[in-house]
Amino acid sequence: MTVAEVIDSVIDNDVAISPTSLHMDIRDLSIYYGEKLAVGGISLPLRRGKITALIGPSGCGKTSFLTTLNQLSSLNSDVRVDGDIFFDGENLVKDSIDFLTLRRRIGMIFQKPNPFPLSIFRNLDLPLKEHGVKSRALRQEKIEKALQDVGLWEEVKTRLNTPALALSGGQQQRLCIARALILEPEILLMDEPCSALDPISSGVVEDLIMRLREDYTVVIVTHNLAQAKRISDFTAFFWTENNAGKMIEFGDSQCLFQSPKNALTSAYISGTKG
Amino acid sequence: MLSKASYTQLGSKLDVVVSVVLSVLSFLCAALLCLILWFLISESWTLIASGQWQRFFLDEGWYPLEGLYAMTPMIVASLALTLGAVLIALPIGLACAIYLEFYARGLPKKAFRSLLNLLAGIPSVVFGLWGLTELVPLIAAIKAPGTSVLAGAIVLSLMILPTVALTSAAALSGVNRNTLAGAHALGFTQKTMIIAVAIPSARSGIISGVLLSTARAIGETMVVLMVAGNVVQMPDSLFAPVRALTSNIALEMAYALGDHRASLYASGLLLTLIVWLLAYLASYLNEKSRVFARV
Repeated sequence: MTVAEVIDSVIDNDVAISPTSLHMDIRDLSIYYGEKLAVGGISLPLRRGKITALIGPSGCGKTSFLTTLNQLSSLNSDVRVDGDIFFDGENLVKDSIDFLTLRRRIGMIFQKPNPFPLSIFRNLDLPLKEHGVKSRALRQEKIEKALQDVGLWEEVKTRLNTPALALSGGQQQRLCIARALILEPEILLMDEPCSALDPISSGVVEDLIMRLREDYTVVIVTHNLAQAKRISDFTAFFWTENNAGKMIEFGDSQCLFQSPKNALTSAYISGTKG
Repeated sequence: MLSKASYTQLGSKLDVVVSVVLSVLSFLCAALLCLILWFLISESWTLIASGQWQRFFLDEGWYPLEGLYAMTPMIVASLALTLGAVLIALPIGLACAIYLEFYARGLPKKAFRSLLNLLAGIPSVVFGLWGLTELVPLIAAIKAPGTSVLAGAIVLSLMILPTVALTSAAALSGVNRNTLAGAHALGFTQKTMIIAVAIPSARSGIISGVLLSTARAIGETMVVLMVAGNVVQMPDSLFAPVRALTSNIALEMAYALGDHRASLYASGLLLTLIVWLLAYLASYLNEKSRVFARV
């Protein structure tokens, strides 16, 4: 048995994941838009403090899947979800849960940076106020820390009251990450967070994501295979079959990229398909 | 048979003709505007020139037959009526816009929107008639005579309400969906998302709509003529009958001669300049909000 096979056997065996390392467990999840199946039968364990990358061609349901995890999909009345998402003893699909609290615990970063058209300070102050941080001094402290965490403090500390939209794209994306981090979430969902940025900003944001490992459980959708390989611990490969997305392979990133088990995965990561 | 070259030639000739015709038409439109402005200035020139315009503000009152032309009470009345109308229409219009964009779905949404469009299409004289026969008696029951700043402001506000509501709704629907999704993803309530994110994002568009409505209200003649009372006096309360600049022109132009006539043209000039300024500001802000939405 090679080392890779040993690791594979561990990963394929759910029992091997201790309950403490399993942060969110997605079982047989299907998402429908109206009657049309968008993604079907996804089972995926998210490990605590690890980065899980979702790769695959456009339109295979990665983003739909991601927005189901924080129930953002529930805003669209056409969306119907089947299956189970276990998170902290609750089933997000079947139990009636408070979405607003859930979204505080599960942050999300979007493909295009989306700071509010307010000042840098207000962008970070608003989420804190909304989630009941009443003390102004405490909010200021948290804002400074969040900006430091994303490496933005030195760049913006003298102009916190200027419009966030005046920042560069990369700075805006880091502000959005700070805005998510400031609520002290447990899981961060990232939908191609670097794809709208120039290469240098993209590198800065990527380094930042790497630093988030251990403290946060990260799920990142990316079209950049090299990025997935560089930063992720686990990778899930999605593909479209009969107009519906499905997961072809999931496993340790090194193994998946070096010796994919599925021929489709192999073709996709070598660039001959997709 | 035409060769390819002659096709092109024919095409380019046609192009020249079309471009000349269009240029002439656009020039005529622009010239018409200049003509109106020139006409207003030349007709009021006798009073504007040689510092006489100061009399519009310094004379003891509006007694045109005795050569006294103080317009201040009417300017103040016009501003009070307009401000009152905007203060009433803005919160209600904004509420309608929020309902349309964030709460209404399907048939009620369609029905409500068409209702607003219908409201916008009612002739102002009908509003005036309604105000005179229904609203004025109600106000008179509180304080006579009923025809007043309040009556004028309320009826004007109904007239501009659809504009405020529909332009605000358009501004709100132009707010980047990605920005709103960001607010939802942070666990914001619908209320916070609307108040703290959507409205600030749409502010330029909303203000632009309000300015357009203001321009419409300040230029409106029929409604204020019918319900505001037409007494030339400085308004001292909401119940005071007043005369707006617009209704003054309508009331007196039939018999005005000489300087009196010139003073009416001067007030027309003033109104035109105010409306142009408001329209310019509105389009400036609208452009700005579009740039904003693109970010």
